[in-house]
Parts: sequence; C-alpha cells; structure tokens
Amino acid sequence: MKDTIAAIASGLTASGIGIVRISGPEAFVVLERIFRFADSRKNLREVKPNTIHYGFIFDENEKLDEVLIMLMRAPHTYTAEDTVEIDCHGGIYVMQKILALVLRNGARLAEPGEFTKRAFLNGRIDLSEAEAVMDVIASGSDDALESSLMQLGGSVRRVVEDARERIIAEAAFIEAALDDPEHMDLTGYSEALYERVRTLRDELVSFAGTFDQGKILREGIATVILGKPNAGKSSLLNCLTGEERAIVTDIAGTTRDTLEENIRLGGMMLRVADTAGIRATDDVIEKIGVERALKMAGHADLILALFDSSLPLTDEDEEILRFIEDKKALILLNKTDLAPVTTAAVLKERVRKPVIEISAKMHEGIDALEKSVRELFFSGGLHINEQAVMTNARHREAVNEAVKSLSFVMESIENGLPEDFYTVDLMDAYASLGKIIGQEVGDDIIDAVFSRFCMGK
Amino acid sequence: MSLHNIEETYDAVVIGAGHAGCEAALALARLGFETILFTVSVESIALMPCNPNIGGSSKGHLVRELDALGGEMGKNIDRTFIQSKMLNISKGPAVHSLRAQADKQDYTRRMRNVIESQDHLTVRQQEVAEIITETDGEHQVITGVKSVSGAVYHAKAVVLCSGVYLKARCIYGDVSQYTGPNGLMAANNLSASLLSHGVKLVRFKTGTPARIDARSIDFSKMAEQKGDERIVPFSFSTNPEDVQIDQVSCWLTYTNEETHRVIRENIDRSPLYGGVIHATGPRYCPSIEDKVMKFPDKDRHQVFIEPEGRYTREMYIDGMSSSMPEDVQFAMYRSVPGLENAKIVRNAYAIEYDCLAPKQLKSSLEFKEISGFFSAGQVNGSSGYEEAAAQGLVAGINAANYMRGKDPLVILRSEGYIGVLIDDLVTKENHEPYRMMTSRAEYRLLLRQDNADIRLRRYGYEAGLISGEEMQKLLTMEREIADEIARVKTVSVGPTAEVQALLESKGSTPLVSGAALVELIRRPELSYDDLALIDPGRPALSARVREQVNIEIKYEGYIARQERQVAQFAKTEKKRIPADIDYDDVKSLRLEARQKLMDFRPETLGQASRISGVTPADVNVLYVYLKQHHM
Repeated sequence: MKDTIAAIASGLTASGIGIVRISGPEAFVVLERIFRFADSRKNLREVKPNTIHYGFIFDENEKLDEVLIMLMRAPHTYTAEDTVEIDCHGGIYVMQKILALVLRNGARLAEPGEFTKRAFLNGRIDLSEAEAVMDVIASGSDDALESSLMQLGGSVRRVVEDARERIIAEAAFIEAALDDPEHMDLTGYSEALYERVRTLRDELVSFAGTFDQGKILREGIATVILGKPNAGKSSLLNCLTGEERAIVTDIAGTTRDTLEENIRLGGMMLRVADTAGIRATDDVIEKIGVERALKMAGHADLILALFDSSLPLTDEDEEILRFIEDKKALILLNKTDLAPVTTAAVLKERVRKPVIEISAKMHEGIDALEKSVRELFFSGGLHINEQAVMTNARHREAVNEAVKSLSFVMESIENGLPEDFYTVDLMDAYASLGKIIGQEVGDDIIDAVFSRFCMGK
Repeated sequence: MSLHNIEETYDAVVIGAGHAGCEAALALARLGFETILFTVSVESIALMPCNPNIGGSSKGHLVRELDALGGEMGKNIDRTFIQSKMLNISKGPAVHSLRAQADKQDYTRRMRNVIESQDHLTVRQQEVAEIITETDGEHQVITGVKSVSGAVYHAKAVVLCSGVYLKARCIYGDVSQYTGPNGLMAANNLSASLLSHGVKLVRFKTGTPARIDARSIDFSKMAEQKGDERIVPFSFSTNPEDVQIDQVSCWLTYTNEETHRVIRENIDRSPLYGGVIHATGPRYCPSIEDKVMKFPDKDRHQVFIEPEGRYTREMYIDGMSSSMPEDVQFAMYRSVPGLENAKIVRNAYAIEYDCLAPKQLKSSLEFKEISGFFSAGQVNGSSGYEEAAAQGLVAGINAANYMRGKDPLVILRSEGYIGVLIDDLVTKENHEPYRMMTSRAEYRLLLRQDNADIRLRRYGYEAGLISGEEMQKLLTMEREIADEIARVKTVSVGPTAEVQALLESKGSTPLVSGAALVELIRRPELSYDDLALIDPGRPALSARVREQVNIEIKYEGYIARQERQVAQFAKTEKKRIPADIDYDDVKSLRLEARQKLMDFRPETLGQASRISGVTPADVNVLYVYLKQHHM
C-alpha cells in the first residue's frame, strides 16, 4: 500500500510564499479535513482537477492561514499521484504549523527526495531526471543549480544519446554485413572503426572527467587557508564573506569534527575548513600548530596560501611553499596596499603556482582570485552552462563502463579479431550508456539494421 | 453416439505437416505417443514453398540446435542438398553459419518417407475444422479436434502447426485467390473455432518471387556462385564423408535503373501500395517494390538465381519477391541482365494468412489458457522453415512432457538460439513475421553452431530423443576437450630451431624464452592445429575436439566475459512470477506496464523485463512486491 506523504516543498527559509505539498492516494482527503473554501458554495469533491482555489486552513476552529490550493489529479502530476499544493504565507512558523496539521490528518512526513522517488517509481521521470532533481534539492550554489537544471533539460541526455547513436550506427552496419555476407563487405572497415571508436572513447573519458567538476559544483570546494600569523587570514575571510554575510551559515561538519564556512565566490562555493577558529584569532596557527593545519590542508581540494608582501619570507613561509608544491594551490600575496618587500616575482621563482596580488583589507584582487579558482577547477574557458557536467556518481560509473567496453573494441581490432566480436562490446557500451537515461536495448539493433540497410536476398 | 461420423482416439494430434508439424509429430511418435498428423495434402509434407535453401546466417544455428535435440531437419537436408556453403567463414566462429541449397522435391520426398515409416505415427489428409475443449473451472483443457467432415479425433494433446494456411489468400496485381501456397487448399474453418475458444488472431503477409525456366536464362551475364570445396554436414550424426557430393551452382545478377523505373511507374498497381493488402510483411524479406520505394538511393539490388532441384529447370529468383501484376512482373524480371528473355513458370505472389499473437503462449509453446494445446511454426508469427522446425520440435517434446507429467523443456536465451526465438515470440510484441538473426542473441559468442550439441544434447537425451550411446559419445568428447585444454596450458616449448622455424613460416614473432602452448594458440596468426609439429605429446583427437580446443582457448577472455553476463542474467530469469498474480494489487506499477504485464502474463521476472513498455523501474517495483509477498 502506498501512503500519503507531505513536506514543505519550498525550503525552510523565510520568503514571500511557502508551499506545503501533499502527494498520495489520500491527498484530497487530508486537504478536505483542514481546508475551507472562501466561497462556501464550493465543494472539494466537485471542483475540477488542475484548478486553483482560494480559502483558509483551519485547525479545528482556529484559522491558521489564508491560502491558495492547487489540486492535481493522478497521473498528470509530478509524482503521478493525486497531489495538493498549499501556497501559504511564507513564514517558517506558519508553514510548520500547517505541515504539522497535515501530518495529524493522515499524511506522513516525506523523506528527503521522496516526491522525486515516487515520480521515478511511477515512471514519471527517468533516472537522470530524478537524480538531477535530487541535485537541485541538495545544491548549494548557483552553478550547481544551473548544472542540475541543464541535466533536467537533457544536456547529459543529449551527450548520451549522441554517443549511443554513433555506437549503434557501427553495430548495425556490422550486423547487417554478418546477416547478409554475400551483400555487404567489411573489408577495411575495422581500421576506420578503430579511429571512430577512439574518438568517441576519448570524448566519453573527458565527459566522465566532468564528474569531478560536478562534485565540486554540488558540494563546494573544500578549501584551507594557510599562512603564518598576521598574514591576513581573518581579513581575507571577512573580505570573502563580508558582503554576503546574510546567507553564510555555520554548519557543524558531519564528516569531520570541525566547523566549515560556506563562501560564495562568483557562482562557486568554497567550503573553508576551520574558519571559525581562524577568524577568532590570527594566533590560532600557533595554538593548533602548523602541523595540524598542514594535515588538514592535505585533504583539501584547494589551498589558499597567504603571504605578507610587506615582510620577507620566514621559515614558516618556506614550509608552506614546500608543502603546496604538489598540491592544488593558489598563492595570495596580501597587503599590496603596503610597501612591497616580497614580490610576486620572488614567489613565482620559488614555486610554479599562480600568484594573485590582493589586498584583503581594501577588497582588492578578489575578482582575480575568482578567475584563478575557476581556471583551476573548470579548465579555464569552460563556462558551466555551455557543457554537460555530470553530477552523479552512477552516471560516471555507467560512462566508465562504456569507456571500458569501447577500449575492448579497440583491443579486439588491435588483436585482429573478426568483426562480430566488436558488436558484442559496442552493444555493451550502448547498454551502459542507456542506463543513464533509463533506456533498455530491446530491439534497437534489429530496428537500426532494418531502417538503415536494405536487407534480404 | 452417431453412427455417421468417425470417432478415433490418439494420444496426440498434430495439425499441419509442414516443417513444424513434421518435427512435432516425429518427436511425439518417437517418444511412444500414438500420434495423428493432419495435412491438407500428403504431397505437401515438408514442402518448401518459398526459398530453396535450409540454414543461412543464424538459421543454420537453429538447424544445428534442433539436430542436437533429436530433430530431423538436419539429417534430412544432409541427404537432399545440392550445394552447401559455410557463411561468414572469415568472421568469428560464433557467426559461421551453414546454408545448403535443397533439392526441394527430394527434401519433401525423403521427409515424407521418414514420417510414413515412423511407428506410432498416422498420416491423414484432412482439414481440421475445430478444436474441442472441456472447461475446468475458468480454464480450458484440450480434448481433441474435429475434421471438416465431422470426424472426431480425441487426444490428450494437440499441436497447432497450420503454417500460412489459415484463411490464406494469394495475391498478385488484381488477382486474388483464396488458396495456400502453390495453389494448395487453404484451411478456412479453423480460424473461427480458435476465435471462439478465445484465441486472438492477427493477419500477416509474406511473399515469394517468380520461378523462371532455366532454358530462358542467359547465365553468361551472371556471376557463378559455387559451393564450398569441403562440405560440412548439418547433423552431428552425419558422417562428413557422406556429404562430399557434386554440387550445382547458383548465379548472381543485379537489378538496375530500368527495373526500378518499371516498378516506380507501376507502383499504383501494386496491391501492397494500392491498399489491397493490409497485413504486415517482414522487414527481412521485403518485396522488390519495397526495396525500391524504401531505399530510393540504391541504384541496384542483388538477385540470386537458384535451382529448385536437380530434376527441374525451374529457377528461384531470390531477391525479387513481388505482388505486382503479371505484365509488370514480366517487364521487371526481363530488365535484369541475363533474364531478358525470361519465361516465367510461376508468378511471384504475396500471401496473407491468419496467425496468432504468440504472447498467448507459455515458453513451452502451450497456450496459457488452454491446457494441452500447443502451437508452433509460422502460425506463431515466425517466418522461415528453420524457425518453424525448431518450434515444432520444442512443442512436440513439451506436448509429450505434458502427457507424461514432466516439466516443460524451456531453453534459455543463454543456452540456444531456439531459446532466443521462443522467448522473443512470447515476450515481445511482434508486428511482422519474426526471423532469426544473430544480433538477436545477446550471448552469441557462447551460442555457436560448432558447439550446439555440447549446449543442448543433454536436453534431447532427457527428453528421450537422443540415445544413451549418442549421449556417451558427447560426454567422451567433452572430457577430451577439457583434458586437452588442461594439457596445452601446462606444456611449454622453448625457442628451439624447430619452434622458431614453424613460427616464422606462419608469420609469427619468434620466441625469446619458453612459452606455454596455450600462449601460442592465442596468437591470431596461429591455431591449435598449426602447432602439431612442435607438440609431440599431443594425443590423437577428432577434428571436432581439436576445433573446440582451438576456439575455447583463442576466445577464452571473451567467452568468460559472456559467461559472467549469463550469470547476471540467470538471476532475474530464475525469479518466477506466480501465474495468478494480481497486477492491480501491485500499486506503483505504471499504467502501461500494468496493462502489458496483464496482457503477456510473463512467467519470470526476466521475461517481464523484456516486454516493451515495462521499464527497469517497473521490474524493480514488481521485484519488491514479490519479495514483500514472499512469492
């Protein structure tokens, strides 16, 4: 038996309008118990589906809120179940009260992502769409949101469909020739196939590589700021968070026992570790010891190594320079508003890392920092909405399987195996990619053979 | 009891004596069941009304498998062929496929003789008009058949093999005749009886080209197509020395712009394009008008001229089936080089007929709703002699198993092309006559024509169609193969002068240090047989054992990979769905999936997953439901 679920669909933040969504076979029944039409002649059982109505939410005789309700009948809803959305006034308190009322009247609190899960199970959306929705829910930054929305719209689908089309074209040709050997000749075909398979495989390898970017988009860039005392770590942090302080939240890290602060930089998100500590005092490094800071930096996606341009390099600076040599790091030369002692040229000689001159105090050089971070993680020219970025581990797994199958095809060609061996692996690649968009192989190869080639003696 | 009508009792009835009916009847009779085989014409037993060959890509596999199970088709063609070719010999062993040109009359005559000589088998020329059932609750059970003359034949099992004869209609131009192939009588009564018993029928069409008098053909304008020098028999029990015969040739020519112009200018007179024929034809055997209209860019199409037998001058014009009017046929055939003066003996024609939607059948080929009633061959919506024969054999074995209370023989997709064929028929919505193709077999590296007996002979033995002696031979061969593979993995050779000379002669890189024989066999340019000279400890083994050793070693990695896939596949395949499951109770199924599942009523989760319109999500939902309800 399917039960009826409910949740606040608009997110738990203060905003103009909040939405409480109810989905399941009892959705209308639950609503009937708590809703009164403004127009008392209306009856919930008689109004047409897919309509919006004005009225009030009542808890017994207490009027909780003035609302609009949207009634949607299965199967033409997001979950393919009966669905009700209550647009209420957006205060957190009001929304929670209405939700509690809904739960008391027959619905169960939805688990995170359960609406989407139902949409998937009920066949409303395919797997990649379902997963993109989950990403939207979880996404912490503009770029992640954009990428999630692109997946929904099908940028991943387009890449996958294009690859599958190219694969099945080859497989169909081989199969047609195997089926009608007196008609179609495969001489010289394998050399040409080899090149085309290699091209496709390389494309898929780099497509799979976008997963790392996808992960960074979704989860943010784990960042550690390194620098000796007084290099300006806290002013840098204040400078980065300052303008957007309102949306910065401290969340206790779930995986590590440290505090993290999420900082938006352009559309990207930096997850700066232990920043609360750093901000509390510039002396914190002395307290926790450089060693521990370096240990944390070892796990980071990005190190921002901060140097004081107004002073000569110290032993601690030297240690930091050695440490970042083989890491993803940017050198920030701070205090450019003071007279220079340590210059960018000096640092560039010491370590092959980009050096960005900033003045945290004067809020200068932050644009250059943003540009460099983007360069580092999204290979320069890449702009997120121009390319399909994978944000889902299952997709990457499927693409990797396809890459493996295509490598098998190349191996078979290199080893001089006959053509019928190629199709086995080509179709495996086809099937792996199909998993991403929830497509089975079915009779695709047969249909492709017949639609492309004039078969039959 | 009426004294006017005949009433007889048999164990089993087989309706139709084509390729399916012959195999079904022989299997039943050989297993000791008193069987009566009905045909509209005794002369048409095992008739080949269309192409004059047996086998071909993937169809050859079916014949091999059928032979492994104890069927007759392989033996019959081995004794009546006039040319033979192993196709795709330059490709991998999985797609090697045997095809033989038959002497059609010989083929029919020899099969008729086998049928007429078979104990427990009675042949009767009579049209079956009705099936008779009893009702057991909601379920029907077959009890016999009634002929058009009113005679009643009681039986515990009935196998329907009516081919293309149900309400058959032959058409060319505006000529339309209600007959079966070759002007044989159609079976016009049985359809109504099937419908009244709840069997759903659909209408399919197929076609055949003209036959032309060889004396009117100029073969000098065509390319000769000869058979193989060394002929491989179809049957595992045929001695290869017995099939090294003098062969006849086939001939290759092409259509041209003129042919296509004739067709295009007269396309409105085609019954297919003019709307006279509504039934669905096969994509595989398109008529020449279909080829020209659907592939307008192709400036020519192949035409093979194939003899119909040694004692006739009729030549089969392979590649130019048609339902065009007679005058257009003359014009288009005569536009082909070599056929300028062609005299047509028989016109090309299309035939449409009733067949059943095979989703009404279980994998055993028994009707889901009528116990003891089986169906095989073209009436199940397949096309081709081989597809028919394979189903006929399985239906015959399963009718016997039904009567003796044994589990049905169900060959899995991972075990044979026969399994793929039947599974496709019963789980897929079929919109055209179904033809076997190697690309339909997802595990084809395992399903080779060379190992059909290793894969399937034990099923034939369990059914009772393969003797203990034949089974022993197979077991011995399997042991020899395993022993020899183990041996070449342990025996090494060093870089001796003898070894290097051999490698050099085969264009293979010389050795720098010792190597196991198995490593040399894996080299693309070498084979097991090539190494005989440097392998003095080699036991004397048959050609078949040596072939298996070579293939198993050469393609070991690929074979292992497919075996892993099969293990994966077996999981869902073994998960059975109870026949009485109520899909309305499986709440989260999508509407389309629910309808499809109710329509097909799959027997396993694997089958459910192959029904189009049932998504992986639906299969998961179903799986969870089965688990929850401990099914």
